[in-house]
Amino acid sequence: MRVHLTLFGQLSDITGKREMILHDIPDTATLLETLNTMYPQMANTKFAMALNKKVIKENTILHGDNNIALLPPFSGG
Amino acid sequence: MANHKNNERYQRQITLKELGEIGQLKLKEAKVLVVGAGGLGCPALLYLAGAGIGKLGIIDFDQVTLSNLHRQVIFSVHDIGLSKALRAADVLEQINPDIDIIAFNEKLNNRNALDILKNFDIILDGTDNFESRYLINDACVLLKKTLVYGAISRFEGQLAVFNHPSEIKTAVNYRDLFPQAPTDGEVLNCEEAGVIGVLPGIIGTMMANETIKLITHIGDALVNRLLTYNSLNNHFFEMELSANPETAMMIPRDADAFRAYQYDWFCSTNSAFDLVPEQFQEMIKDKNTQLVDVREAGEGPELADFNAIHIPLSRLQQQIPDIESTNIILFCRSGKRSKVAAEILSRHFGRSKKIYSLKDGIASWHKF
Repeated sequence: MRVHLTLFGQLSDITGKREMILHDIPDTATLLETLNTMYPQMANTKFAMALNKKVIKENTILHGDNNIALLPPFSGG
Repeated sequence: MANHKNNERYQRQITLKELGEIGQLKLKEAKVLVVGAGGLGCPALLYLAGAGIGKLGIIDFDQVTLSNLHRQVIFSVHDIGLSKALRAADVLEQINPDIDIIAFNEKLNNRNALDILKNFDIILDGTDNFESRYLINDACVLLKKTLVYGAISRFEGQLAVFNHPSEIKTAVNYRDLFPQAPTDGEVLNCEEAGVIGVLPGIIGTMMANETIKLITHIGDALVNRLLTYNSLNNHFFEMELSANPETAMMIPRDADAFRAYQYDWFCSTNSAFDLVPEQFQEMIKDKNTQLVDVREAGEGPELADFNAIHIPLSRLQQQIPDIESTNIILFCRSGKRSKVAAEILSRHFGRSKKIYSLKDGIASWHKF
């Protein structure tokens, strides 16, 4: 299961990347664990997750190719 | 005469067949409040006033500073030190004297929000902090008002229409997207992170555009969708939002609960707080608050004024499972042990519970 990840706001600062491709990710919980291991700072950051452009809250099983976006809240105005 | 003049004023937009004279009339009848006359609020206000929104409210407690001028396009160097709300109202009055402009030179808080917001149909959130954003969202949910949301961070902006009544879709609100507020320091504000003036100009202008579309029923507004714009690479990213039954539980259930909700605390890093006797007196009236006496067995004085469970500090770790309520008030004789207990519970429960310690203990409360 391939994940094409798009990162917004400070998540792209933490990872140094705006986009990433990850392979063999069975579900979204594993994706988050993988990211937290790679970038420990992510564990302390709140963000919303969208799978194929729909926001999801629960752990979701992934099949085939997936577009996942991680989006933190912004407060500036 | 007024009609003739207005036809000339709005001629270019009335010419749009999608808007027309009927659309113009809808704009005239609309009541829109812009919260924050800052980077987002200024461009939004300029276009909404220009478009002929019949009743346009502005609320801001702040004064104009020199560092505002690169993005807060209503103001000039002559306005430094003046109230943003009052000065913005003066400028908008000169742009369009035919509309009703109402300025509130005060901070929106949970005591005045419902009374102010209830007089408007659409609320634009152009504030610069999470405390205000959650407060505005909750007030809009309670009052069933449409919320046009805009926010920025460095080179990126977010835009959405929340809580818009619709027959086909369940209204989604800000808490459905972000149930928990980030803690202090987790997200930088414009002052800390920096911002180019154009970005709030773009997002604020888009907020005005969504507002005009909602009022005139033209196009496809961002209802229950979030748009992100990156000004460095010009990428737009849109996602669909859905209501979350769990977040509905987090919104104060009525006006009284809203006024009692502590938005500053909700958006703070800490989950353990000191209570002064006045606050303690108020909070013990709430049936959902659990009082915990952490004094050792047999320690006086006995307290008959309220129901508390007794868990001595020495046994707190083992008895944590006995603590079920979301709001917990700990007390002891002088406030020292309850503070330690609050720290223990705060480490255990994190931000899932609100934990309070009676400052200076029952000794000070008895004096009160």
